[in-house]
Amino acid sequence: MSDLKKIKDEFFSKLSEKLDISEINQIKSELFGKSGLISTQFKKIGSIEVSERKKFASDLNIIKDELQDLISSKINEVESAEINKKLEKEKIDITLPERSFVRGKIHPVSQTIDEISSIFSEIGFSVEEGPDVENEYNNFTALNTPENHPARDMHDTFYLDEKKQKLLRTHTSPVQIRTMLKDKPPFKIIAPGRTYRSDSDQTHSPMFHQVEGLHIDKNINMGHLKGCLNYFIKEFFEVDEIKMRFRPSHFPFTEPSAEVDIGYEMKDGKIIIGEGNQWLEVLGCGMVHPNVLKNVKVDPTKFQGYAFGIGIDRLAMLKYGINDLRAFFDCDYRWLNHFGFDPLDVPTNYRGLSR
Amino acid sequence: MIITFDWLKDHLKTNLKEKNLLEQLTNIGLEVESVESLSADSQLFKVAEIIKTEKHPNADRLKVCDVNIGKNEIKKVVCGAENAKEGLLTIYAPPGAIIPKTKTKLVVAKIRGVTSYGMLCSESELNLSDESDGITELTEEFRNNIGKSYFSKSKSNLIDLSITPNRPDCLGIRGIARDLAASGFGKLVDLEEKKIYSKNKHTLKVKINKEKGQGCTAFGSCLITNVKNSESPKWLKDKLISIGQKPISAIVDITNYVMLDINRPLHAYDVDKIEKGIIVRNSQSGEEFTALDNKNYKLENGMCVISDNKGVLGLGGIIGGTRSSTEFNTKNVLLESAYFQPGSIRDTAKKLNLDTDAKFRFERGIDPLSIENGLNKAAKLIKKICGGEISKIDIQKIETYKTKKITFDPNIFEKISGFKISLKEMIKILEDLGFEVKKDKKRLKLTVPSWRPDISQEVDIVEELVRISGYEKIKYIEPIKKRKKSTLNKFQKLFHFLQRSVASKGYLEAITWSFTDKRYNDYFRDKKREIKIINPISSELGVLRNSIFSNLIMHTNKNLDRGFKDLSVFEIGPIFNGSNPGEQNTVVCGLTAGKKSRLSWIEKDRNIDVFDVKRDVVQTLVEAGYDSEKFFIDSETPNYYHPGKSGRLFLDNRKGQVAAYFGEIHPNILKQIDMKTESLVGFEIFMDNLRMSEKTLNDLKAEFSFSDYQKSERDFAFIVNKEVNAQDLIVSILSVDKSLVKDVKVFDVYEGDNIPENQKSIAISVTIQSSEKTLNEDDLEKINNLIIKTVENKTGAKIRS
Repeated sequence: MSDLKKIKDEFFSKLSEKLDISEINQIKSELFGKSGLISTQFKKIGSIEVSERKKFASDLNIIKDELQDLISSKINEVESAEINKKLEKEKIDITLPERSFVRGKIHPVSQTIDEISSIFSEIGFSVEEGPDVENEYNNFTALNTPENHPARDMHDTFYLDEKKQKLLRTHTSPVQIRTMLKDKPPFKIIAPGRTYRSDSDQTHSPMFHQVEGLHIDKNINMGHLKGCLNYFIKEFFEVDEIKMRFRPSHFPFTEPSAEVDIGYEMKDGKIIIGEGNQWLEVLGCGMVHPNVLKNVKVDPTKFQGYAFGIGIDRLAMLKYGINDLRAFFDCDYRWLNHFGFDPLDVPTNYRGLSR
Repeated sequence: MIITFDWLKDHLKTNLKEKNLLEQLTNIGLEVESVESLSADSQLFKVAEIIKTEKHPNADRLKVCDVNIGKNEIKKVVCGAENAKEGLLTIYAPPGAIIPKTKTKLVVAKIRGVTSYGMLCSESELNLSDESDGITELTEEFRNNIGKSYFSKSKSNLIDLSITPNRPDCLGIRGIARDLAASGFGKLVDLEEKKIYSKNKHTLKVKINKEKGQGCTAFGSCLITNVKNSESPKWLKDKLISIGQKPISAIVDITNYVMLDINRPLHAYDVDKIEKGIIVRNSQSGEEFTALDNKNYKLENGMCVISDNKGVLGLGGIIGGTRSSTEFNTKNVLLESAYFQPGSIRDTAKKLNLDTDAKFRFERGIDPLSIENGLNKAAKLIKKICGGEISKIDIQKIETYKTKKITFDPNIFEKISGFKISLKEMIKILEDLGFEVKKDKKRLKLTVPSWRPDISQEVDIVEELVRISGYEKIKYIEPIKKRKKSTLNKFQKLFHFLQRSVASKGYLEAITWSFTDKRYNDYFRDKKREIKIINPISSELGVLRNSIFSNLIMHTNKNLDRGFKDLSVFEIGPIFNGSNPGEQNTVVCGLTAGKKSRLSWIEKDRNIDVFDVKRDVVQTLVEAGYDSEKFFIDSETPNYYHPGKSGRLFLDNRKGQVAAYFGEIHPNILKQIDMKTESLVGFEIFMDNLRMSEKTLNDLKAEFSFSDYQKSERDFAFIVNKEVNAQDLIVSILSVDKSLVKDVKVFDVYEGDNIPENQKSIAISVTIQSSEKTLNEDDLEKINNLIIKTVENKTGAKIRS
């Protein structure tokens, strides 16, 4: 048996024992240290006969590699066993609470406005806005509601001056006026925003939200109005069918005018929108009165169209099962947390308005 | 407007049921607000007599009454009314009855220790009138009715209609019947009133003064002499009671009946109380009179009054006066049927804060041609019930009614409604509504009925035709999904973004009112002008907010009271700088109270501080696309911030408009509103001051470039005067060589031992990297020296050795 074979067998057998890291290092230096067994063999190469030298060198290299591999795998084995043993001691109670993260929320009215904007965006409406403080002309007169008209009684108005020229807008309709004065027809806009009436009880808040809609073009008739609102209500409540009733009403700025009811029923104390025998008034609308068009320099013989006004808070209440309107503006932390929406929940039409 | 189907049937022949009626009313625009069944419950309210009253043993103001409710039954009732006295005939409600006004059900109850079996009702509790002082007083005539139901048995329910202000004609039963008939619901009964032919002279002189702003344009009247006023006959009383009105006397009941029936308000005067003649004129400032509501009214200039030689008798079309009112002993009556201008009525009523049935009708517009018909109908009824002689009718006019004519192009109907009806159908509908229709080639020449002040142009005719044909005939046209313009503009997109960006940092979004409490507003008003609401709903909501903080802090305090300690809320919305349209700004305002990591097993708790809100402000603006490296911050802030712990942020060092304020809320404010929290910090981002770039965010992004050469980090410690800001050092370092200085971080600020007084040490780490080569020691040394030199020159700092 050659020396090499002997070395190999001996050390393979040694390394198969259970060893700690210093014992392995000891073996390593016995073999590969300056005067280690393998190192010594290498030094011998020069003195070996030329005919055998090549084979010897080759055998030696193989054995060297084998032993080195074995040693490093043995070291790995022992080291990872030691790490595992150490980790074993580091075990923590993983049921302890995580680091805190405070989530913010979006108010249901803001969420509802975004839902409404998303729906009307699909059918080509863009968003317009106007100031909360309005003059008497934009809020009433231009909208065909002259002074001393009893229709003004329907709006309990907050005034900012004794002459009653400046007021808090009672509806978002003045945005119609501002938009039409600013641009040229056609118009296809919605205008969401804050509105104010000096009215305060369980179902009325002195501030609330409305969205105004206006579509003026050459041949827009009541059928378009009906189709648009039907589309909107279905999309908003995320239902395929909706029971809807248009009934005649009166607003000075539209003629003919209508109020729109939707069908509902109560099931286990919850309101189900879309069917049932009860009617719920959700909005007012109509064909824009020619007098209004004349006031904003739009020729009523060439252009016509519809307008509507929807209570946003009321829609939010219906969709999200909120009972008390006053709570919307009370800033109760519990309420905001309960009814608020995650800011990442941006209503979109491809992912759906709500989760 | 309250109606019953029974009364409607006086004018309408129909076999249809009440259920169909309710549907049809709503379908033609006469919205049914509520339907109240009177029949069963109302029978419980009985005519009764108080036979004895005693003082309540435990309450000075209460009485214990023995009440005779008929059939020898006596009930003990506790009553607080002053007019409750022995012998009074009144209305008794037994336990179980539901009080019409309050909708509460009566129960046997102990009132201050004495058991009361039922209740004696005031007129207002029974919805008979607004009279709530004391219990109902019935006349002697009711003595025979003791124990019987006060309300007559009616099969008809009370139907309450919400009549829109454009339809004064439907404030009379006949107008409603006419609309129903036109829509195919029955046939209108012909009730042409015959004219009065009288030889008796009208002996009272009536004059309408021709003066500026005269509110009365026509005054019709007749005299009825030698009448005997009395209680109304049963049919008339029943009619009024059936719709919740209280009968008074025959003459008054008849005028009320005619008003409700054909929407023709009338007024009856006791002629013997009028001095000489009637003068219709403008009032003069300071004139006074006592109206039928027993209140004294002081008049201003220019109100339309009916007067005689002695003074004001009444306010025309609004309310009569007590001086000339009819009573049971009235012998001679002047019956007035006039036309008052809606605007004049409304002005006067608003100024005097008066609302009456007549006012409600005149301000909406009464049929100017109904003057004579009203007199005919009422005078004949008076004669029939009270006897007497009717005089000739006298009508004074200062203006003549001109009939309105409209030429109607039938094609407009389809153009607006989107559906078709035949010309024949159009004509039928219009004629049924009272229009005179003449065909003129392809058009219709229409005469508008005098009772329809709301109709003046073609589109009004379209409305009538659509309404009567039925809104269900309008088709649904599917909307087209095409967008020509982007839905949101840049500002709106930014609004949307900031809103969700702030919410994502742990703030709950609140929406609070645009008005607020003056006291709170003053804390945050700074130098802004206060904007008062002249008619606020309460004094605590009397001003428009100059800052959103006022509301947020008020509500945060309430939430602290609810037991929450760590709170973050924000609102995005308007603040107001003036009372003109447009003098408002959109602000994102956030408020945070309390601690971070309160009661945490893993992190040490600490008070929320100004650098928390600074992070929220800066990070929000960065997310919105603004470059934080350009931000410039100083410490000039409004007086509601802590003067030392607050800052103002500009988008760049050119300053310009303030992008945001942030900081601790001034401790004095917390003290004054008694707010208890460890810390309160807030911020305001002024949206209108954020520059809106023409370019998209995509365009604004710098070209993507990076360097793979080695980075070096060098630390510096500078000693500077306390007033020098860290920002000054950072800006100086960045200015040294933009291509080499990649990042600057402050990692320590120190004052105290080893540092001279009034100075501080700021330790800064600078990252240096070239995009062209690996910098060698020489290069780095050069830039180091340059940094030190620049900082020392620009800020007066000294490098700490």
